Amino acid sequence: MTVGLSHYLTLAALLFTIGVAGIVINRKNIIVILMSIELILLSVNINLVAFSTAFDDLTGQVFALFILTVAAAEAAIGLAILVAYYRNRGSIAVEDINALKG
Amino acid sequence: MATAFSLPTALPEFILAVGILVLVLLGAFRGERSVWLVTEIAVALLGVALVVLLAGHGGTNVTFYGSFTDDPFSRFMKALALFGSLVTLLLSVEFMRREKIAGFEFPILILLSTLGMMVLISASDLIALYLGFEMMSLALYVVAAYHRDNTRATEAGLKYFVLGALSSGMLLYGLSLVYGFAGTVSFAGVANAVKDHSSIGVIFGLVFVLTGLAFKISAVPFHMWTPDVYEGAPTPVAAFFASAPKMAAMAVLVRVVITAFPGVAGEWRQIIIFVSIASMALGSFAAIGQTNFKRLMAYSSIGHMGFALVGLAAGTPDGVHGVVIYMAIYLVMTLGTFAAILSMQRDGRYIEDIADLAGLARTNGPMAFFLGAMMFSLAGIPPLGGFFAKFYVFAAAIEANLFALAVIGVLCSVVAAFYYLRIVKIMYFDEPVPAFDQPGLAVRIVLALSTALVIFYSIVPGPLTSAAMAAAKSLF
Repeated sequence: MTVGLSHYLTLAALLFTIGVAGIVINRKNIIVILMSIELILLSVNINLVAFSTAFDDLTGQVFALFILTVAAAEAAIGLAILVAYYRNRGSIAVEDINALKG
Repeated sequence: MATAFSLPTALPEFILAVGILVLVLLGAFRGERSVWLVTEIAVALLGVALVVLLAGHGGTNVTFYGSFTDDPFSRFMKALALFGSLVTLLLSVEFMRREKIAGFEFPILILLSTLGMMVLISASDLIALYLGFEMMSLALYVVAAYHRDNTRATEAGLKYFVLGALSSGMLLYGLSLVYGFAGTVSFAGVANAVKDHSSIGVIFGLVFVLTGLAFKISAVPFHMWTPDVYEGAPTPVAAFFASAPKMAAMAVLVRVVITAFPGVAGEWRQIIIFVSIASMALGSFAAIGQTNFKRLMAYSSIGHMGFALVGLAAGTPDGVHGVVIYMAIYLVMTLGTFAAILSMQRDGRYIEDIADLAGLARTNGPMAFFLGAMMFSLAGIPPLGGFFAKFYVFAAAIEANLFALAVIGVLCSVVAAFYYLRIVKIMYFDEPVPAFDQPGLAVRIVLALSTALVIFYSIVPGPLTSAAMAAAKSLF
């Protein structure tokens, strides 16, 4: 069996779903949410690189490089906000994020 | 192929980018002493960028190999975004000083976010769209949690970050599918690819892209963060969230669906109509029970985005014209209302309950009049600007045979009028509570000026209307 475009797309779709499920279902810890966000971004990169290789077009790989850099910045900002929150609240459990009620 | 780099096309962005770098150095070398200097330079930079933008040549120019478009539409929306940032920065000075959270980082973050908005508004390929989107959002995450010793502010920042990162992930997944199934990243190329046959992959990607953008304009069902962030974040930050980023996100939403996906108008129109109706309904009904003014404004902004989307659902030049005018008038109204919220302070402390406005007409007549005018305009009562904003979008919807949408919109606007008029009633007919402290000069000027603009628009609608028409035409 050769590994084709559709296999990569399926893998990316699975990773994306796991990432979204990790954010939506997760009831424990915010670090897990940050990991899920990274998973989503990586699934997108797999998509882009797979398309890029299939078309023989470099644009997708350039896009993937941009995403990698932005993902690093996003993780840094997320962790910084998380640290600020922990200093005030003393907890990073998802169920404790309830000072503001909708 | 378009040019690699043409300076006049991106001159306002270039000025902002260089200015930001200089300000970061200035702040780093001079430390906390530089706060007011940095704020003043930041305001001046935004002003210069606005002047350069408006004085720029007409027509449509493309640069950065076709990924950056400068056309009347982008100039109009950029002017709105710059104006929103400029006014919020002016409003923030007094608040930051009184709450003792002033830092040179705040104006720099606002500038960075504004630069991201300008890239976003001008984006004409998927990569520029993503980079502008993230540049705007990353700075917004930080300003939401700017009051870092405050539990509520950091919680607001955390919530906004998690939901924002999820939405940008969805946007990105959509962009990757659009790239994969259309085979190109430029909007024009995508439009060409979906012209004849639209593959299911592109439609799938479009849905994800719309999700990500709907999150930024806080349209239902992606609005969950809005009330919490508005309530938790410092008030000038909430004013910023309600003004400039909304302009940029709405502009890019319009540009994407009109220039990249005209071939699948039937598909995206269904989504826009659903989102629009849901936003109008939620914005009208959920705001009724609110006691916190900032939270009320959050639901109000959700509702107003729904009204603006009515014009986009029409998908015609008239509809886009309606959206553009709606955003301009919404910007003025929302800045005026937040200026009023920033004037609510008693014994040196900021308060934000609607009940604190009781009897304001007797303790501070002018402020009650100005805030009353804002409320009438937000409710859409003629002859104020808010009425014309709604009129244009509903007229466009009716011309596009979207009768049900227009009728639902008018009904929602009637429901929404209830809570706006309740504030007027509290100010004019309830027993007075102790008066507010004297607010700062900037806050009073913004409040008076936005009232003047809202009234002025109904007398001289010409300049704004014709500029908006030119902006809308340039997309088609």
